[in-house]
Amino acid sequence: MDLTLRVWRQKDGQSTGSLETYQVSGIIPDMSFLEMLDVTNERLIEEGKEPIAFDHDCREGICGACSLVINGKAHGGFSGTTTCQLHMRKFNDGDTITVEPWRASAFPVLKDLVVDRTSFDRIIQAGGFISANTGGAPDGNAVPIPKPDADAAMDAAACIGCGACAASCPNGSAMLFVAAKVSHLAHLPQGVPERGQRVLSMVARMDEEGFGNCTNHAECEAMCPKDISISHIAKMNREFIRATVRGE
Amino acid sequence: MRLTACARNYTLPPDWSKNPKVSGFFGEHFMGRFAKVLQSSIGAKVAMAVTGILLVLFIIAHMLGNLLMFAGPEATNAYAKGLKDLGALLWVARIGLLVVFLVHIGSALRLWRMNQAARPQAYAVSESTMVTYAGRSIVLTGLLVLAFAAYHLLHFTLFATNPEFAQLHDAQGRHDVYRMVVLGFGNTAVSGVYLVSMILLGLHLSHGVTSLFQSLGINNPSYNPLIKRLGPWSGVIVAVGFMAIPLAVLAGVLK
Ligand code: HEM
Ligand code: SF4
Ligand code: FES
Repeated sequence: MDLTLRVWRQKDGQSTGSLETYQVSGIIPDMSFLEMLDVTNERLIEEGKEPIAFDHDCREGICGACSLVINGKAHGGFSGTTTCQLHMRKFNDGDTITVEPWRASAFPVLKDLVVDRTSFDRIIQAGGFISANTGGAPDGNAVPIPKPDADAAMDAAACIGCGACAASCPNGSAMLFVAAKVSHLAHLPQGVPERGQRVLSMVARMDEEGFGNCTNHAECEAMCPKDISISHIAKMNREFIRATVRGE
Repeated sequence: MRLTACARNYTLPPDWSKNPKVSGFFGEHFMGRFAKVLQSSIGAKVAMAVTGILLVLFIIAHMLGNLLMFAGPEATNAYAKGLKDLGALLWVARIGLLVVFLVHIGSALRLWRMNQAARPQAYAVSESTMVTYAGRSIVLTGLLVLAFAAYHLLHFTLFATNPEFAQLHDAQGRHDVYRMVVLGFGNTAVSGVYLVSMILLGLHLSHGVTSLFQSLGINNPSYNPLIKRLGPWSGVIVAVGFMAIPLAVLAGVLK
């Protein structure tokens, strides 16, 4: 496959970047999108040019490190697929592909396609955890959890914290991510002790980080590589209303 | 989760403990709490949903009142007089409605500013799959409806645009609202403003009414198909209900 890449290049957080055009040839359709970038980078290095910086780690869709807005869609916009799981056979020979970093003021660009996602870590630190007693590990089956609750918690727990939701939202809202965490823990008895404080602190932190607000377009749900449903945002809203009414 | 900690040890974010001290009629505690909730993104969304419901109820009541035009001058003028005769109660309702409007618009503009700041740079290639026209333009349609509301008050309530409307009285000496509406909508330009504004209100509701359920946390597979339809349908019903009157006047059905 021969492709024309338009890639966002930016030296560092202070510089203003721009889209650069690269011609890449000999791409095999079975390569992943990141492997295609690896090949491009090898050629750039051979030409003595600076390789394109991008985030990646597991390359199997579980870590949430890879990102990239591909042709205007986060992770390329293929259902249930992270950028690392995206195969080049989804594109056609001769295509022009535009690759941009996540855009949100809470995700400042560090270099090229790499953005700073520590705002998500700080939201988790604000309440995305449970109390655990020290001592022997409790029996996993000792606490009965209704099947629908376990399923809902598991669906929410699938979130890998990639940030595609905030990147694809026209308002730069991180509510799908925050909701996934709040809903995951609120569905389980282990999450109950901090239930009210958790949602209030995480939402306050989300606001402080400069993320926007949901206007219920559901663009995040369509772009989320883990198919997290916006019903979790409704759950977070219920948790917020409950904690507020109870005066927590 | 990666992190574990003891509930007693973790601290709330600094901003959360900075309880804004707002003193007011209801006392420091209540107003302070209320202001704090409104400052939160979700709190503001919930406030928009609750005020949105109240505005929709007002709009529906208003529309049903207007449709009395089709029952003739007697029904219309008697209804108008009945409203005026409420006296103090009418003022309570007006002030209540004003407060509801202010909370709705105030929260809308604050959230809108935050959203603009949260996404300062646009994508070179932008492809939304879910964003609808009504959803994207909700702030615009809201502001245009606000401008319309101001014009509408100057037109039919304060008679600033048409001082002669104040002189219209029927045989029983009541304000002749029926004639005022027929005369007012006889002007094609004025009717045009009303017709366009009602389409804008319909667009606003077509996203807003569906959206408010999600804001209040109501999302359930068994009602979702209904909720999805409720927005567009309420938009169509409200727009058609209001537009029927200027259209009927222009068509000579109401005269
Ligand atoms: C008769 C007048 C109005 C009615 C009946 C009305 C009704 C509604 C309703 C039911 C909602 C849904 C609330 C939610 O999503 O939680 C809404 C949302 C909204 N309204 Fe209004 N509204 C009116 C006027 C206005 C005005 C004057 C503005 C001025 C800016 C405005 C701006 C907004 C905005 C920005 C939203 C956010 C919707 C979203 O979540 O995407 N509205 N409105
Ligand atoms: S909700 Fe989906 S898009 Fe958002 S961070 Fe989690 S996995 Fe990524
Ligand atoms: S690199 Fe780990 S999810 Fe893509």
